[in-house]
Amino acid sequence: MAIRWGNYPAKSNYDELIEKRNTPRKASEKLCRFLYGLNDGDIESHRESAELAIKLMGITFTVYSQDEGNIDRNWPFDIIPRIIDKDEWSAIESGLKQRVRALNLFISDIYGKQKIITDGIFPKELLENSTNFRPECVGIKQPHNVWAHICGSDLVRDGDGTVYVLEDNLRVPSGVSYMLENRKITKRIFPDLFEEMDILPVDDYPSQLFDMLASLSPRKVAAPEIVVLTPGIFNSAYFEHSYLAQQMGVELVEGTDLVVGKDDYVYMRTIDGLTKVDVIYRRIDDLYLDPEAFLPESCLGVKGLMRSWKKGKVALVNAPGAGVADDKVVYAYVPEIIKYYLDEEPILNNVPTYRCFIKEERNYVLENLDKLVVKPANESGGYGMLIGPHASLKERKKFKSLIKKDPRNYIAQPMLNLSTAPTLIGKKVEPRHLDLRPFVLSSKNITVTNGGLTRVAMNKGSIVVNSSQGGGSKDTWIVDLEGSQSC
Amino acid sequence: MLSRVAENIFWLGRYLERAEDTARLLQATSHVQLDLPKSVRTSWLSLVEVFGEKTLFSDLYEVPDERSVSKFLISDDKNPGSILSSLTMARENARTIRDILPQQAWELINGIYQYAKDESHRGAYKKHRHDVLEKIVAGTQSISGALYGTLLHDAGYQFLCMGWHLERADMTTRIIDIRTAGLIPIDTDQTVPFENLQWMSVLKSVSGYENYRRHTQGPITHKEALSFLFKATSFPRSVGFCLHKIEHCAWGLKKSKPVISEIRSTRILIDETNCSQGPKKLHRFIDDLQKGFHRIDNEITKTFFNMY
Repeated sequence: MAIRWGNYPAKSNYDELIEKRNTPRKASEKLCRFLYGLNDGDIESHRESAELAIKLMGITFTVYSQDEGNIDRNWPFDIIPRIIDKDEWSAIESGLKQRVRALNLFISDIYGKQKIITDGIFPKELLENSTNFRPECVGIKQPHNVWAHICGSDLVRDGDGTVYVLEDNLRVPSGVSYMLENRKITKRIFPDLFEEMDILPVDDYPSQLFDMLASLSPRKVAAPEIVVLTPGIFNSAYFEHSYLAQQMGVELVEGTDLVVGKDDYVYMRTIDGLTKVDVIYRRIDDLYLDPEAFLPESCLGVKGLMRSWKKGKVALVNAPGAGVADDKVVYAYVPEIIKYYLDEEPILNNVPTYRCFIKEERNYVLENLDKLVVKPANESGGYGMLIGPHASLKERKKFKSLIKKDPRNYIAQPMLNLSTAPTLIGKKVEPRHLDLRPFVLSSKNITVTNGGLTRVAMNKGSIVVNSSQGGGSKDTWIVDLEGSQSC
Repeated sequence: MLSRVAENIFWLGRYLERAEDTARLLQATSHVQLDLPKSVRTSWLSLVEVFGEKTLFSDLYEVPDERSVSKFLISDDKNPGSILSSLTMARENARTIRDILPQQAWELINGIYQYAKDESHRGAYKKHRHDVLEKIVAGTQSISGALYGTLLHDAGYQFLCMGWHLERADMTTRIIDIRTAGLIPIDTDQTVPFENLQWMSVLKSVSGYENYRRHTQGPITHKEALSFLFKATSFPRSVGFCLHKIEHCAWGLKKSKPVISEIRSTRILIDETNCSQGPKKLHRFIDDLQKGFHRIDNEITKTFFNMY
């Protein structure tokens, strides 16, 4: 018994591939027909070849476990891709560009004249209690007013099909390497579909990233020295750090490989001696970057790095302090931020968000905890959340007191009925919830990946898609229907 | 190239070579054992001695028989020199320099590691040993091939190549040392018929038997066999060949003068020996060579990896 779409439940949820019972969406027709044509043996062998590819390609992520320490796990991958029609995607893409442009103007303003505060749009108190606001960055200017050169925004779709931005990751967003590797795997296992359909490519990301990084070099030289700075092999995203360094052909460095000289330039230790570094794509959080400026006990960073950056001798990507806009309370202001800086209506929706530091909104949250999802302002990876409708009375009580104690640190959102897509579970397809993280590169121009990383909650009914908590991923296909019809 | 990366790639070479050489040595020993009369068979424990791990071995095992020695050298992760440990370290090193390795080379390294992790325990049994060791040798050989054929031949490659050859030279001398200690009664009539067989075993341990035949065109004698293993410029596992390679690599690097002078002074030892030492002098000679390898290793480390 192979995949029978008639048995696939298509009910209240929005499903990314199946429009209604037994009827795929237009962009998914060819894929669904192809999958229907497979017998159990074919499906098993496709799954096996994907697993083998992942094992051999060594696509791993690291999870910390108390018993075993750090373990390097193979990347959980579902072979059935998630498909988005190119027409719909184009609108999302413009929405993301608009959003990131506004967010960068906001960060520049916050570290500059703070006009948005003087004009009464954004409350000053929020800044004072922001964990990611860096007073060290006040007064600093960045080329093209860009601070968050790489942004990963998480998108979700609600039951009625509306796409929302769930959060913007402006510090060190990860996942892009999995997007690239997922594509390699689906190309290995479904070559015929790539022949038959017009699927937009994703492979040019590393070269776009390289060009963007090179454009930021303070020294105007033909071949600026670019490096990727990693915390090292035990970091959960180490695979990605080395992958990106390799794809760009730049050095992957650790803090101990770098040194700031008396002239305030950054150098790396090479077999030929010290070599000047121009651009650092850092995959280390702000506070660990420089023991001289931030946490003195950090041994991941480089002493004097902030000094060098402030003097404009090295470019740091993303710029320190960019995370100020990553705060989930700031998120609630993004629609206003877009209107304020761009004088445009937001193209993409924000999820309605209740800000607990505002009394009326907080009261609503406290009274409706069983209907809401509560999130701390500055956590990532799905940690520290309360999913009200699924939580016990005791957990809700705990959050009630947490919110009262530190209202600034919490926001709440209605529980969205996240969209699903068919996912291979055993030998059958079942609906599983998912989200999407596209990556946006900004310097002089803004580019958006074609699609992004689709993360899927592999456990039935779960809406937590983080790889550290039982999430997997799917390849994301942006399909150009016009293109494929013409050939 | 970053110093840290250079060091990792140097050690990647060493670990890969160590795994391969250990597999070859075990493979040869298993075969030759079958041809020798019981009275002159090399003890399995002597294989453990090649790696200088007698104490660790006796902590872990009670009897130094074929099965426990094979297990110790192939799949025991408590032995840092086992094939599995070497491949684990090779993979760890490769993982930290994945950005400079060609994708295919990484996949091969990862693949042979996965194989060793899942299957190498079967090598303790005679029935499967040949299979397991053959796969390990073939696996490491294809990695060398992929690296030679696709890695950028820049400074990194020179370090890889130095790692390979330094490890190989070291291993060849270790094998000669232990195996000739077993050959001691040179002048007693009684073992002469087997001296030939035992030298064959030494040569086979470094995959040099057929090569010796082609190269020397004569019978196997103590002096000729040693001369082949120490000096043959065309045999890729001879000590002389390896040192020549290391020097060649060093010439490709800037600031390598002190390294080259260490290599030269070790090469002189090879040039000057007439290869007719008795067992005691041979042992001392090999000791001098290994001290030379240490000095080369130290000098490489000092010059390129820890210079600040």
